[in-house]
Amino acid sequence: MRPENYEPKHHPPSTEFELNFGPNHPGIEGNYALKVRLHGDTVVEARADAGYLHRGFEKLMEQRLWIQNIALVPRICVPDPSPMEVAYSMAVEQLCGLDVPERAQWLRVMQLEMSRITAHLFYFGGHAATTGMYSPMFWGVADRDLVLDLFEELTGGRVYCIYNMPGGVRRDIPEGFLERLSKLLDYLETRLPEYDNLFFTNHVLVKRARNTGSMTQQQALEWAVTGPNLRATGLNFDVRRDDPYLVYDQLEFDIPVEQGGDALARTLVRRNEMQQSIRILRQIIQQLPDIKGPIRAPIPNPLAWNVPAGDTYVRLESSKGELSWYVVSNGGQKPYRVHVRGPSAMHAVQVLENLSKGCRVEDVAQIMFSLDACPPEVDR
Amino acid sequence: MSDSQKKPNDIDYHSNGSLLNPLKSISFFARKPVTEPLEPRIAAERYRGFHVNDWEKCIGCSTCQKVCDNAAITMIRVPSQKEDPLNGVRNLRPAIDYGRCCWCALCVDLCPTGSISLSREYVHTCYDEQLDSYFLLPDPNGMHNQDYGLGWQKTDENDMIDHNRQIMSEISPQSRSDNFDEIVVGYDKQQAIIEASRCVQCGMCHDACPTHMHAPEYIRAIWQDDLEEAVRQIYRTNPFSHTCGRVCTHRCETACSIGKRGEPVAIRWLKRYAMDALGDEQVRKLVAEDHADASTGNSIAIIGSGPAGLTAAFDLAKAGHKVTVYEGLNKPGGMPRYGIPYYRLPADRLDADIDVIKDAGVEIICNSWIGKDITLDKLQKDNDAVLLSLGLQLGRSTRIPGADNKHVLKAVDLLNQIANGEKVKIPESAVIIGGGNVAMDIARSLARLQKQKFGNVNITVTAMESFDHFLADPEEVREAQEEGVVILPSRGPQECLVEKKKVVGLKTWAVLSIFDDKGRFAPHFDENDELCHDCEMIVEAIGQMTDVDLLGEKLTEQLEWQRGRLQVDKYCRTSQQWLWAAGDMVKGPDVVHAVADGHIVANSMNDYLKSLKTGKQKS
Repeated sequence: MRPENYEPKHHPPSTEFELNFGPNHPGIEGNYALKVRLHGDTVVEARADAGYLHRGFEKLMEQRLWIQNIALVPRICVPDPSPMEVAYSMAVEQLCGLDVPERAQWLRVMQLEMSRITAHLFYFGGHAATTGMYSPMFWGVADRDLVLDLFEELTGGRVYCIYNMPGGVRRDIPEGFLERLSKLLDYLETRLPEYDNLFFTNHVLVKRARNTGSMTQQQALEWAVTGPNLRATGLNFDVRRDDPYLVYDQLEFDIPVEQGGDALARTLVRRNEMQQSIRILRQIIQQLPDIKGPIRAPIPNPLAWNVPAGDTYVRLESSKGELSWYVVSNGGQKPYRVHVRGPSAMHAVQVLENLSKGCRVEDVAQIMFSLDACPPEVDR
Repeated sequence: MSDSQKKPNDIDYHSNGSLLNPLKSISFFARKPVTEPLEPRIAAERYRGFHVNDWEKCIGCSTCQKVCDNAAITMIRVPSQKEDPLNGVRNLRPAIDYGRCCWCALCVDLCPTGSISLSREYVHTCYDEQLDSYFLLPDPNGMHNQDYGLGWQKTDENDMIDHNRQIMSEISPQSRSDNFDEIVVGYDKQQAIIEASRCVQCGMCHDACPTHMHAPEYIRAIWQDDLEEAVRQIYRTNPFSHTCGRVCTHRCETACSIGKRGEPVAIRWLKRYAMDALGDEQVRKLVAEDHADASTGNSIAIIGSGPAGLTAAFDLAKAGHKVTVYEGLNKPGGMPRYGIPYYRLPADRLDADIDVIKDAGVEIICNSWIGKDITLDKLQKDNDAVLLSLGLQLGRSTRIPGADNKHVLKAVDLLNQIANGEKVKIPESAVIIGGGNVAMDIARSLARLQKQKFGNVNITVTAMESFDHFLADPEEVREAQEEGVVILPSRGPQECLVEKKKVVGLKTWAVLSIFDDKGRFAPHFDENDELCHDCEMIVEAIGQMTDVDLLGEKLTEQLEWQRGRLQVDKYCRTSQQWLWAAGDMVKGPDVVHAVADGHIVANSMNDYLKSLKTGKQKS
């Protein structure tokens, strides 16, 4: 059966060829599809076909207690789950007027930045694979695993940490954690030049990625592009700095910006962001021991917890762009309505459709990966 | 510092890179290879793997099941585990469907006992035909009987159970020791809602309560600030809620699963809050919704207007029977009125309970002693069924030498007189024999009267039990001591010292043991450790018994007795078809047990009266 949103308006002219790109195409991350019309090797039109991974999170959340949702929300975005739980917790905290202890805020930033590194390492691998290079993918996944090892130590879970809950975090750092994190950062820093050699300054990547999937700043703003993709068009905007949450205002970091607006620029922004995340983590390692106090504000018994009526909007900078949550409570035990404004929905639908137009078919996958769109989050 | 301090844009966007750059990776051939060992990787210390459940600690409260966000947990009955509702233990244990579990460990964080943990084990494979092996009952040994060690477990950091109850304010010892004002102030709305929110709705309280009150339901209603619903739930099982909200022995709190590690939910105070906060008129209006709309034509006589008698009367009247309650004293209420001092249970609260019962159509005739004013035979003739709920109104005597002196009194008599407002001779010093709640009641009542009259307190309580095995509630003991009562544990009374027909003191020996090997009462004393407590009055508070003279010789012989106690079956029926007996006289002193008995009697009588009717129709 054909998906509902597929309506062949006209029979394609005989010079055109229709290609189903996905949902199980190896060049597509996750279950996501593009219906591509080709003229020779050139894309005439691409239509995004989402929904293969639709699990109805927003509706599911309305049927679960406030506390139960913390186990559900990370699953919205598989490669970068931590910002989801932090954002949800922050939204509930705002509704309840809960003050999060300072130490918990630092721990959250630590988790977020570690998560950003894992997401970017994953991303390098993906982008490399779509340009025919598989070594960076193996490297990226292997190095990501080392960060996941630390997540496992800190939170008990490797990918879905479920480390946050409204009010703070669930556990403090284990003994010796900061030393191990510091060692890992040393290692990742020694790896960066090798990634540069293998991938970022590789002639193959540069030739293929430059001027592929370019957009202007104006277009990016019109298409609601956020995050690294927006910064790759030269706009210097980062929620962490411009609308600080948690303790980002106490940390020093630069916002990497590139001017190209193409796949190469987007990759370089992410590469440099990873360097900044390492820098942020170093500051946390230095300052966290001095920040004493509880890690969790007391919350009522989760089985009898009415969150005051009201609505709230929180946003934060995930590895993929601006992640915002709109949460409405009617004063009950469960959320009344939740909306997740994930960055990927914009990147994977209108941006990808527009950028694919006119490019060659072998670049479609690369464009999608360079936008770092996450299909699970598109579908939700 | 290292590279991280460099400018971020250290790769030039415009550089074309080089084809040779990747070749630098050839140096990997010369580096030491990374070798991963083949044995299973050991998970981190707080890893969230498969469940482990300490069955000794687990009480089957099913809180894990409630908080599980994937409905992965099913509670399964494990017959090998003990079932002990009075102490809040069920033989239910959580079974996990690993097809649903997402290893969030909320079950661990919210477990009231801390029995459930996640282990560091994470591998389980099976053939297709064994797919049900993903539905497991975790025990202390883990999934495959291999010791992987505990992973995510309960710590102070992630414990989500609030161990502390809302503090109940009390009148200070200074301002309460010379009056009979109620000591406990009661929760205000905010306190009550917070306290109610601590409940995890396990229902252990419901199982442990003698009358099976719907505590989880009314606590939930209080938390939702729906007092009408709370009172409705309370009145499903207990028409003595003002009374029980104050003086209940609260088996519910003993069984409360939150109490396994912290302070149990203050179920008794919450009941009291709901009843007080709604207001008496509202309560009466609410309960009236449930009144009988038709009469059955049966009439029932109930002797004694204590909790057992009035509860049965309430139920029977709601079922449409004509109920008459006969009370010998001048006010209804029984022991709660004449045995419990006003500082624990103010008379107007008991009146409020009784008003609701009267509303249901119960007729209460006071000052009419059965056996004197009306004979039991006449009651039997005039009514279809009769309930004996006489209570325990005679004090027991120690029968030590001198105990027959007129200055050696029984606690129940004295409490009765105080409650009735009769003039009581207040001694300058008194010794109480006994260590139960009645001993505390009389000691504290006398202490108040002494304080009023003399300005100081001189009361000594001698109990045979040590403080470790004391019979009175710890809070009673504490409050009595705060009010100036001296409590001497492990003292056995030997003789009431009498001079010129006046009591001058009590001689006691130290107690070595109270019971013998078989658990029978056979105290051993240390005769060398002798004390004489000077006093003007001695009060015996060592237990009570029932005055059964009204039954008459013939009926007494027909009924079954054991050690002076009337024997009834589990439906409170005596060996006489028309006669039931309930309350303290058959179960021992406790309000809530009496209430439970009242319901049992009412059900049993209902069945009996129905069978009478169908029998008549048949004939």
